[in-house]
Amino acid sequence: MDQPAPADTASTAWKDAVFAALEAAGVSQVHYVPDAGHATLIARAHAHPRMRAVPLTTEEEGVAACVGAWLGGARAVLLMQSSGVGNCINMLSLVRNCGAPFLTLVTMRGEWAEFNPWQVPMGRATPAVLEAMGVAVQRVERAEDAAETVDAAAALAYGAGSAVAVLFAQRLIGRKVWK
Amino acid sequence: MSAILERRAAVRALMAGRPADLLVVAGLGTPAYDLYAAGDHDANFYLWGAMGGAAMIGLGLALAQPDRPVLVLTGDGEALMGLGALATIGAQRPANLMVVVLDNGHFGETGMQPSHTSLGTDLPRVAEACGFAWSATVRDMAGIEALRRRLATPEGPGLVRAIIGAEPTPKALPARDGAYLATRFRAHLGLAPG
Repeated sequence: MDQPAPADTASTAWKDAVFAALEAAGVSQVHYVPDAGHATLIARAHAHPRMRAVPLTTEEEGVAACVGAWLGGARAVLLMQSSGVGNCINMLSLVRNCGAPFLTLVTMRGEWAEFNPWQVPMGRATPAVLEAMGVAVQRVERAEDAAETVDAAAALAYGAGSAVAVLFAQRLIGRKVWK
Repeated sequence: MSAILERRAAVRALMAGRPADLLVVAGLGTPAYDLYAAGDHDANFYLWGAMGGAAMIGLGLALAQPDRPVLVLTGDGEALMGLGALATIGAQRPANLMVVVLDNGHFGETGMQPSHTSLGTDLPRVAEACGFAWSATVRDMAGIEALRRRLATPEGPGLVRAIIGAEPTPKALPARDGAYLATRFRAHLGLAPG
């Protein structure tokens, strides 16, 4: 079933390319807490016949689910916003202790043209929090780099058994419209 | 015969003659010890941390292995920490997943403080309200035996509250190395290391 992508805040072409990279990497489980910046990926995942898209109530559920998927031989990804990274901290122990591959795509808030001050503290802390828990951080600033970065991160995660986060800069996602 | 289940005997009876294709995730603390005491198995994945994550590991696993039954065996404290997972599982409705909560109504590892299941939360009703296919409360060995017969085909997602006593049990400690446990588990499924 082809589901139309919702209107994002910016062009969706690079998002389609990112989705294609996940598809090519063999991802079959897409766990997510919704974010406007991930809306295209979420819609594509729901529409894909060989993917299961799973809405979560909180981001750490997705960390645990990704490890469960790996235990069962499937590849999973976690989509979240930077505010959700803080919710994942202790659950990342599971990834680290098991040597599990882990791939998360994080849309950044609190860094560029942010309107909401409540997004700023976690946005600033996001890379440090991930690195503190052993997750490699790769940042995407330009749309033309997005798919290649996700493709490389997927290879590092599923091939080398690493934990990798790709941070999509807020400037890339686009300014949030407040009216 | 005690009116309340003794946890170790209950888990031993539950796992007796386990289905050959059953996969088990045990939540941290005494549920993991109970499972280990009932007999170690390559298809047992014991947690020593990641509190609140057991049911979601079970969901990821159940979606990855839809033809195998998956049992999550955990405690009330662990289940309560990941209460939102019941909503997430209810939304996905994996037929091969069953969550059994060994409920002594207390945080047993940390000084026996009363947990929310002693203070008003009814986990089977929560699971039902989240869209689980079924839920049940088990209070005796006959109930455990009935549950044992459902392990092969859970027709889930199902959630069971097994009301157990709060008496202390001897420690029975499985391996603590997560990488070893994961590799062993994956090898059981024919998956390569790494």
